[in-house]
Amino acid sequence: MSLLLNTPLGALADNARVAWRGIAANKLRSGLTMLGVVIGVATVIALLSIGNGARASIEGRINQTGSNLLFVRAGFAQNGGRVQGGGGGADTLTLADATAIADPNEVPSAVNVAPEFQQRTQLIQGNVNVNSQIRGVTPIFLDAYTLSVGEGRFIEDGDVRRRGNVVVLGSTTATDLFGDVDPLGQKIKANLPGSNGGVAQLTVVGVLTAVGTSTISGNPDSTAYVPLSTAQLKLFGGRNRTGQPTVSLITVVATAGGSAAAKTEIDTLLRRRHGLTADANADFNVTSQEDLLTLASDVTRTLTLFLGAIAAISLLVGGIGIMNIMLVSVTERTREIGIRKAVGARRVDILSQFLIEAIVLSGIGGALGVGLGYGVSKGVNLSGLMTTSVTTSSVVMAVTFALVVGLASGIYPARRAAAMKPIDALRYE
Amino acid sequence: MIELEDITKVYPMGGEVLRALDGVSLSVPRGEWLAIMGPSGCGKSTLLNIIGCLDTPTSGRYRLNGQAVDGLDDGALAAVRNRSIGYVFQNFNLLPRTPALRQVMLPLQYRHGGQMISGAEQEARARAALDWVGLADRADHVPSELSGGQRQRVAIARALVNEPTILVADEPTGNLDSRSGADILRLFESLYKDRQMTILVVTHDEEIAAHAGRTIRMRDGRIVHEEK
Repeated sequence: MSLLLNTPLGALADNARVAWRGIAANKLRSGLTMLGVVIGVATVIALLSIGNGARASIEGRINQTGSNLLFVRAGFAQNGGRVQGGGGGADTLTLADATAIADPNEVPSAVNVAPEFQQRTQLIQGNVNVNSQIRGVTPIFLDAYTLSVGEGRFIEDGDVRRRGNVVVLGSTTATDLFGDVDPLGQKIKANLPGSNGGVAQLTVVGVLTAVGTSTISGNPDSTAYVPLSTAQLKLFGGRNRTGQPTVSLITVVATAGGSAAAKTEIDTLLRRRHGLTADANADFNVTSQEDLLTLASDVTRTLTLFLGAIAAISLLVGGIGIMNIMLVSVTERTREIGIRKAVGARRVDILSQFLIEAIVLSGIGGALGVGLGYGVSKGVNLSGLMTTSVTTSSVVMAVTFALVVGLASGIYPARRAAAMKPIDALRYE
Repeated sequence: MIELEDITKVYPMGGEVLRALDGVSLSVPRGEWLAIMGPSGCGKSTLLNIIGCLDTPTSGRYRLNGQAVDGLDDGALAAVRNRSIGYVFQNFNLLPRTPALRQVMLPLQYRHGGQMISGAEQEARARAALDWVGLADRADHVPSELSGGQRQRVAIARALVNEPTILVADEPTGNLDSRSGADILRLFESLYKDRQMTILVVTHDEEIAAHAGRTIRMRDGRIVHEEK
């Protein structure tokens, strides 16, 4: 101990003790100063974790369907990029187009090609009446969207060939129509649009396992699946003027990493088949999952930036709070410095005392803020509202800022007062 | 031994200058009790602050125990304030919300180099000083829990804890009732007689002046009268 006393380290320890006593003797002031740091740091960490969580969740949802999916729709991509048509609104995409895309010589980057014809209509079971999305599909659909059958079976090639009156229900549609009753083998009616009350009778042959999330081409749980040919030719008017069966959406599964290539290949193929030159407006529209992912990333990045800006403002307000407390107490502190100088404190003693004090206050406040921010982030997570993830960079940024503001606002008045003559500091008002 | 030679102190006041001290020369031998009196604004406090190294003169020479004070740097001046001079102020100048014992330990914490002492030793010396002023049982009290007289006695204990040779006191009884003032005066008597300290007191109180070995009277920044 006595050895240590004569070293600069001993003097530093002494100043640290003095600083700690100063903090302990002024609990309200110390508490308020820390509060500014705590709130600022906690806000940054919590908000940025929410922003990052939102991004991860959106990207995860899109990735769930696979990033190598492409969607070919009928319709015109106009100059503004608006897509016309969709669910049977335009009839420029034919089954023959889908068959051509499936030809490996034409589109080598395509693995699976799932043409479909979709439209909404009323499904009736007993006295239950549900408006549902009907998707006329081929067996390949199940693989393209990585769905699985819960009970019974999916649409099969034979169903498509003979335009079978069979239906496979999404889990939500099944519950809506049948409640607790087992739907397998039951019959339901589907309203035929534009037929003045005509209906088609369909037999339920399967129910899909619940997915829980929507994809960009609809919610697979609240959909009813029928054979493509049944949808085109029996339920809805799925022929164009030349009598060709049309489709409303062709889902193409590209090879891994082949999404962009597939897009170009499909574009070239369909332009040729539709007799369009390369610079003409296309009567179809190819969107890749990758495009959507990029778009969603842009959106969430903007969201994170926005939350970050709010967080930065709160950090700034917290910083101003710290400065305020420090500067308001400057009169008392200046007198304190005067007293200390009068009894023999050197300038460096005063400065190191205040430096240590500011470091301790901002440090403790920063640590509490990190804890609180983590807590809020975890709370949001547990509440089930959204998943959040705290990033190291936000913690580092927030704590650094708090330390800098704490130090600057603590040291600035101390520096000025330490340079005063003791009598001026004692008389400071 | 305090030697002042032609000390002036000038404050800029708006466009004019205020001459707080106008060529003061004064010599105070070791062990003397000197009272400085005079009307408000005569420069007596300024003189005391310069002697106590709390303030610096505009011009003139100041030697303390044979050493020129004018050229000392911040560290050396701090050492002079720490070891050679004890201060007592009219308004006590105690740290708020700090117990008496800590107040008295303060000068001990600012000893540097080979003069540093351990925390236990600091506390023991501070307790002894508090005991000497009759406040051993108030060591844990903060200023707001003490009467004016007690606060001033804490301040005196703080001024003495480093055993300086000089005590400077600016109106030490100015904020006290007459009984507390008499207590303080008795302590000064003891320091003067038993410890042979050099005491400089700025006061309006003729009674204190009567105890002093010498009294100087000031007016307009000059010493105008001197009596033994």
